[in-house]
Amino acid sequence: MTTMTLDAGTTAPAATEQPEQDAVNTNTRVSETVGHPLCDDAKLSMRNVNVFYGETQAIHDVSLDIGRNEVVAMIGPSGCGKSTFLRCINRMNDTIESCRVEGDLTLDGEPIYGPKVDVVPLRARVGMVFQKPNPFPKTIYENVAYGPKIHGIASRRAELDEIVENSLRRAGLWNEVKDRLDKPGTGLSGGQQQRLCIARAIAVSPEVILMDEPCSALDPIATARIEELIDELRENYTIAIVTHSMQQAARVSQRTAYFHLGHLVEVNDTETVFTNPEHELTEAYITGRFG
Amino acid sequence: MQTPTLFAMLLLLVLVVYGTGFSRALAAARSRGGMRNLASLPSYYGTHAALWCGLPALILLAAWLVFDDPIIRSLVMGSLADRPDTIAGRDLLYAQIQNQAAGSLFGEPTAQVKAAAERLTSLQQTAQLLQTAMVLVLSIGLAAFALLRFSPELRAREKVEKVLRALLVGCASAAILTTVGILLSVLFESLRFFQSVPVTEFLFGLHWSPQMALRADQVGSSGAFGAVPLFTGTLMVSAIAMFVAVPVGLMSAIYLAEYASSRVRSLAKPVLEILAGVPTVVYGFFAALTVAPFVRDVATSIGLEASSESALAAGLVMGVMIIPFVSSLSDDVINAVPQSLRDGALGLGSTRSETIRRVVIPAALPGIVGGVLLAVSRAIGETMIVVMAAGLAANLTANPLESVTTVTVQIVTLLVGDQEFDSPKTLAAFALGLMLFLSTLVLNFIALHVVKKYREQYD
Amino acid sequence: MTDLSQAQVRERIEQSLARRHRKEKLFRGLGIASIAFGVLAVLVLFTDIISKGSGAFVQTAVQLEVTYDAAELGIDTVDEESLTWANFTGVVREALRERFPDVSGRSEKRELYSLVSTGAPFTLRDRLAANPELLGKTEKVWFAADDDVDTFYKSLDDSAGGFRGRTSERMAGWVEQLAESGELKKRFNTTFFTNGDSREPEQAGIRAALVGSLLTLLVTLALSFPIGVAAAIYLEEFAPRNRWTDLIEVNINNLAAVPSIVFGLLGLAIFINFFELPRSAPLVGGLVLTLMTLPTIIISSRAALKSVPPSIREAAMGMGASRMQVVLHHVLPLAMPGMLTGAIIGMAQALGETAPLLMIGMVAFIVDVPGGVTDPATVLPVQIFLWADSPERAFVEKTSAAIMVLLSVLIVMNASAVWLRKKLERRW
Repeated sequence: MTTMTLDAGTTAPAATEQPEQDAVNTNTRVSETVGHPLCDDAKLSMRNVNVFYGETQAIHDVSLDIGRNEVVAMIGPSGCGKSTFLRCINRMNDTIESCRVEGDLTLDGEPIYGPKVDVVPLRARVGMVFQKPNPFPKTIYENVAYGPKIHGIASRRAELDEIVENSLRRAGLWNEVKDRLDKPGTGLSGGQQQRLCIARAIAVSPEVILMDEPCSALDPIATARIEELIDELRENYTIAIVTHSMQQAARVSQRTAYFHLGHLVEVNDTETVFTNPEHELTEAYITGRFG
Repeated sequence: MQTPTLFAMLLLLVLVVYGTGFSRALAAARSRGGMRNLASLPSYYGTHAALWCGLPALILLAAWLVFDDPIIRSLVMGSLADRPDTIAGRDLLYAQIQNQAAGSLFGEPTAQVKAAAERLTSLQQTAQLLQTAMVLVLSIGLAAFALLRFSPELRAREKVEKVLRALLVGCASAAILTTVGILLSVLFESLRFFQSVPVTEFLFGLHWSPQMALRADQVGSSGAFGAVPLFTGTLMVSAIAMFVAVPVGLMSAIYLAEYASSRVRSLAKPVLEILAGVPTVVYGFFAALTVAPFVRDVATSIGLEASSESALAAGLVMGVMIIPFVSSLSDDVINAVPQSLRDGALGLGSTRSETIRRVVIPAALPGIVGGVLLAVSRAIGETMIVVMAAGLAANLTANPLESVTTVTVQIVTLLVGDQEFDSPKTLAAFALGLMLFLSTLVLNFIALHVVKKYREQYD
Repeated sequence: MTDLSQAQVRERIEQSLARRHRKEKLFRGLGIASIAFGVLAVLVLFTDIISKGSGAFVQTAVQLEVTYDAAELGIDTVDEESLTWANFTGVVREALRERFPDVSGRSEKRELYSLVSTGAPFTLRDRLAANPELLGKTEKVWFAADDDVDTFYKSLDDSAGGFRGRTSERMAGWVEQLAESGELKKRFNTTFFTNGDSREPEQAGIRAALVGSLLTLLVTLALSFPIGVAAAIYLEEFAPRNRWTDLIEVNINNLAAVPSIVFGLLGLAIFINFFELPRSAPLVGGLVLTLMTLPTIIISSRAALKSVPPSIREAAMGMGASRMQVVLHHVLPLAMPGMLTGAIIGMAQALGETAPLLMIGMVAFIVDVPGGVTDPATVLPVQIFLWADSPERAFVEKTSAAIMVLLSVLIVMNASAVWLRKKLERRW
């Protein structure tokens, strides 16, 4: 489990990597965020992230760590930049022409951005599940086998079959679809489609899974099923989840980050955030004064 | 009264009637204490009366213009004792009569022609008189009727709008009328053609040589109407064109939609669209004078024999012409594939090309196929390039370096120049036209259906 | 379960990376190559046409000293009657013989006479008609050279020997002699813009074809724009969803893809053979092109109507306007720029069309400029087709030049459509 060793007020590790003059600056910038944004056994570490769409800045100097096998929830009012921030982690923002990302982002200490970084293996390590279920217009089997196929993970057909079955089992979908693997994935119900997308993501054995409001298009029963699944997946994966539902954040995450207008306002244990928020903006949001 | 004068007169009348209707409505409004006591605005009363005055008269005038010549002709010809048997002969005789009537016939006319010409002149005069009288009586009478019926309670606006709406429906139906017109014109002539040449010979015959003997003792002009060499020629040229246009057009569309920055796109797209705006006759000239000699030189230099007009040259240039067509249709279709599918593939670590080849293209396939079918139908129907660069020889060959001929080329060669309208030679052109129309119709129909279904899927 | 560990998976992914990136580069390269191919095609097409055709805008002229000798001309006074019968050809020949006195022999002389255009006597006639006092006098006159001389003289500039073609050794000698003494020059080719078609390349011009195109387009525009807009209004604003409407829609979409030559067959069978309208006339050409461009105009007009937001209609309807009033007073003016853009594009399409006009006899050899829509006429693309078919080499130049004129007009039309769209179209 994660242990918080760094307080916002003390010198952050990020500062040591920066030139001397910046140290103070960085420090104050980190200190904009109250709570515990950093941790010692970080799987993902993001420092001083700024994101611009053309001239407008969408993310202002956000620093956040995500620990190994931890579920971090990102909440905040719509348009606060939580999805943009999530998409920085596996460089999905590269696909948007006007988008520019600044800051230090590392995965296991290796840089995520940089001229020599190849996004292909990066995205295999950092998988993503999207807001709207987006199964490919192919069969259920082909949907799950897609990743292993393009990456050349399975050398034999039997191996591929096994990966597909395991992934579907882990996504809790196997029993529902094992008899119709050759039917189109788009024919499943919304919740099943989203679990298919999760199976598709874990078929390439990622280390981190990013989830961008994975339940926003689903009914309550399907949502509950996905939430259970997230809890099971925590054993093997590090998970960052963006959600518009505070209940969901409370149910699935260990730590919660509250974003407000592109700023990271507060990061704390989920329980703390929901019972005793440090920042008044967080409190206002939790108590439903805006949303 | 000459027709233009009559037309001008009618127009004037309509304006006067409009003015009268308008002022009567205005007067009625004044006497009733304001416009609000009229059922419609004064301009509608004016229009209402003007429509009564002008519309029926105009329809009568148009019908007259269409039918008076044929009727007069049949009256004149019917009165002749000694008529030629062939249509061409009758045409010639009637032309003689017309020239005599106009006083411009060279040589001495026969007594019969002279008499007929006099009859023609008198008939024409009577017709003119009758036309003027009927049009004017109709318009004035109806205008009077409309103006007399005027009352402030008359719902003039509704009536005017009803007429306008009928006009709109008429205009919209022009498309159906055109299709019917095309069908009738090619179908009837084709049926006449198939009376002299059996359908099976036309569809399956391997020999095409439409020159008919003018005299019975002429050699080698029996007239053979086996259209298979034309079909194969058309298919070969179209296939070469698609071989160029589909890969280049599709890859261009993919690059522009998936890779190019917006700056490159805004530059490259208009340049490609220039290709679509160049008239086909320009491509034909380019194919005949630049590409065909080039193809021949290249073929000769590698030891192949090539004729100066080759299927390859025509096909290549036609392919270039169709590139923008394929690329803009594919571009639309590719852009209609939801971004979420691309995100899904990219999020799994696909490269861009893997995303395109394995997700985007399969998803867009129906639309692309539809676009390609439309392009094929365009290639089949393209005329000028093949007329100028593919040649006239009806060779049954699979060698693209040889000269071939196509359906469209033969339609043009059979119909250009002065032809008798009834010989099997000219009728053959209509049979070819029927084939062309039907095949493109089927292709278009399937293509439009496929594309429509595809659009519904992502809307 | 023999699950692969994450490390194993990563290793396998790394293994294939180089190959996958090579494929990516290749694919991207293919895309760039395709675009480059298209752009190259545009460049080659335009440079080819321009390099072939730019020569046609200048014309070689020969200067000769002519004597308006009354005896040679066979006239005493200058009047309309005498000018018609005067022997200007003799005068031109005399001038040529005087310039090259050592030419003898019939065939040699005939060759000498072919140095200037067969239109030369007409040049003289026009001069004398304008200045009757020239009779009996001598003056230097520039004549258009024969097309072979023209081709030869122009080709002297670009390649060492020059293109001989039908030009004989002797003729080439004369040309060089004339060129040295300054009696040969290149001047702007006004003939090309003021004359109609001719069998002689140096006398052929595009005026008749341009006027024919203009008349045909006028007929097309006058018919297709009102009908197209009316049809679009009906389909977009009034049509109930029923079988008839569906049938109309299917028909319009299909007609947009019917080969143009089929419209020509329709024109031939219906307008010429059934209604007996005159052959080769801009009226029939315009009718055929109307049917052909109608689908384009209907489709673009519908798009323009669709882009007018429903809120405008609702607002007007809320004021108590009838549907017809809503459309005529509010929707139509707002959609007009888009409709005009579509009309210009449709007209550009019609201007470049050739095949259907061949069917209705607009290929006849027509020298005179048409005076009305029922006169026999040809249009610019058909003129290009006719010239491209002519055996004389000098027509290659003329054809390319006519193409340049046609393309310039088309570019202006399309550019104005783009401009209109940018300038007038509103964003909602």
